[in-house]
Amino acid sequence: MSTVSSSTRTSRVAVGRPARARLQAWLPRLVLSPSIAISLFFVYGFMLWTFILSLTNSRMLPSYDFVGFAQYGRLMVNERWWVASTNLVVFGALFVGICLVVGALLAILLDQRIRQEGALRTLYLYPMALSFIVTGVVWKWLLNPSLGIQAMVRSWGFESFTFDWLINPDMAVYTLVIAAVWQASGFVMALFLAGLRGIDDSIIKAAQLDGASLPRIYLRVVIPCLRPVVFSAVMILAHIAIKSFDLVVALTGGGPGYASDLPATFMYAHAFTRAQIGLGSASAMLMLGGVLAILIPYLYSELRSRKHG
Amino acid sequence: MSALEIRNVCKDFGSERVLKDVSLAIESGEFLILVGPSGCGKSTLMNAIAGLEPVTDGEILIAGEAVTWKTPAERDIAMVFQSYALYPSMTVRQNISFGLEMRKVPRAEREAAVERVADLLQISHLLDRKPAQLSGGQRQRVAMGRALAREPKIYLFDEPLSNLDAKLRVDMRTEIKKLHQRLGTTIVYVTHDQIEAMTLADSIAVMRDGRILQLGTPDEVYNDPVDIFVAGFMGSPSMNFIAATLEGGAGDYRLRIATPGEEDLVLPWPVSRETPDLAQRVGKQVVLGLRPEHFSEEDERLGKHDRDTPVSVSISVVEPTGADILLRLPLGTGEVTARVGPKCRVTAGERLALRVDMGRAVLFDSGTERRLA
Repeated sequence: MSTVSSSTRTSRVAVGRPARARLQAWLPRLVLSPSIAISLFFVYGFMLWTFILSLTNSRMLPSYDFVGFAQYGRLMVNERWWVASTNLVVFGALFVGICLVVGALLAILLDQRIRQEGALRTLYLYPMALSFIVTGVVWKWLLNPSLGIQAMVRSWGFESFTFDWLINPDMAVYTLVIAAVWQASGFVMALFLAGLRGIDDSIIKAAQLDGASLPRIYLRVVIPCLRPVVFSAVMILAHIAIKSFDLVVALTGGGPGYASDLPATFMYAHAFTRAQIGLGSASAMLMLGGVLAILIPYLYSELRSRKHG
Repeated sequence: MSALEIRNVCKDFGSERVLKDVSLAIESGEFLILVGPSGCGKSTLMNAIAGLEPVTDGEILIAGEAVTWKTPAERDIAMVFQSYALYPSMTVRQNISFGLEMRKVPRAEREAAVERVADLLQISHLLDRKPAQLSGGQRQRVAMGRALAREPKIYLFDEPLSNLDAKLRVDMRTEIKKLHQRLGTTIVYVTHDQIEAMTLADSIAVMRDGRILQLGTPDEVYNDPVDIFVAGFMGSPSMNFIAATLEGGAGDYRLRIATPGEEDLVLPWPVSRETPDLAQRVGKQVVLGLRPEHFSEEDERLGKHDRDTPVSVSISVVEPTGADILLRLPLGTGEVTARVGPKCRVTAGERLALRVDMGRAVLFDSGTERRLA
């Protein structure tokens, strides 16, 4: 009896199912397809277009006279490009390095079970909520010798005090570092703090019993546990560094002259204001290469660890 | 001189007092177990001994030296944690030698120490692995190796076996006991598992609500509990508590147990175990404590012990465990558990003649729950 009734039930379900099941299977694809199509066109399509333009002699408007890699050759002998690239190395290394050190220190200090931790954490994170334009403008005023820090200290009576990095061609790139570190180190702190909170308390107790001093506990035991956090922080900061455009525009405008140019501002200047679309596209492709050089190893290790984990 | 002495230690967390005037002392080479339900303060006491938590009041002495205000590192103790707390970024070898390195022991000596404990714990083949590559039991061994390498004055074990599966736990328990017998170390061991406490300890401190209720050998704590809590906590299945009325007088005390639907059962209290406290309780409610093994089946071959009292009861549940059979039977207002031999042929619903060893029974005050006799 029971087998008969159950078999009729399954056959009825089997008849009703396919249409609904097919819709169920297709619905996610249907919903996602517009955004996939749009991003394919606007992101990857334009990427491809930029690559094609970088192989042409386009100036004011796109043209399709192919000149091979001549634009890349021009780039390699362009002094301004080399200034921008050197700046990127200096800015990137200092920005990433200082952010990591400051962020880790802030996180370790916050992790000492202090009072008002929540308030301080928010305070440190706030700069991250601002756009780089705002950061740039604020620091432009602060660093302006006749308005900001220099003027203030001089008004206190230290007449010979000089802090004119913003208008000094040799130092202008470091003002970018100051502003970017101010903005991003709170975020790095949040990453480190999350990592620190994930560490088993008893590991620290064990190290205490083993006779390690507090700095040693952090250097030898805790920070090595945070390697994945350091890795993600470096990835995020590095791509911020390569993309930096708005901060430069707002803070130094690439100046004095082109002393604080970064590849992104170089690209913008050539492609859109100096009617050198071909050259600008070539520099954009080199930046893309730089981002990929950082991103691909990261994605590779992430995907591999996910497969293992 | 005691290896460890704790004098009147109190500890407050905020307004809550979690350790209330705790005092104890153990000799060198002794194995002390702190046992109690969770939240009884045993882990806090251990952290206070380790120096990880400052005490609010009282004194702690290690080998006669006051260490109450010394840092954990200065106390020369090692601890094995429940979570093992191995350093994840270091190999097993580095984990074991880290404490020695921090104490500036020369490299050659460190290596010798690692070899010694690796041999002792049979982890030589694991020395170059990271903790993440080890199984639970192996991590446990490494955690013990880290403690042993330093040869401290006192070892602290904080529920070290609770993360292992049942079989491994029994194996490691034996291993810890062997190690203790071989090395003669002084150990303070926290657990909530009363079987671990019974099997390992030289002395047991049963704790509850921040106080030590009883400090004694496993035998004393098991057979001579000071109150209902200790009696109920030690032993599995736990002791049966049966409401009874005390009758008679000196030389002839009897316990009357009223079971609904049955005739009252009257058990004589052995003359040899009378105490002066009993006289005031005549006619009043008391609590009779009987362990499951204080019951035995009527068996002609075993002969009759004079002190055993025969009772006839109906059996409600029969639970064979293999090694013996647990019987549930209504007695007094609730059910009690009796343990009989595996050969006992009985089915649920039958009546069975059992004998009760009143010579080992204990008696408690039903109000204060303190021991009467």
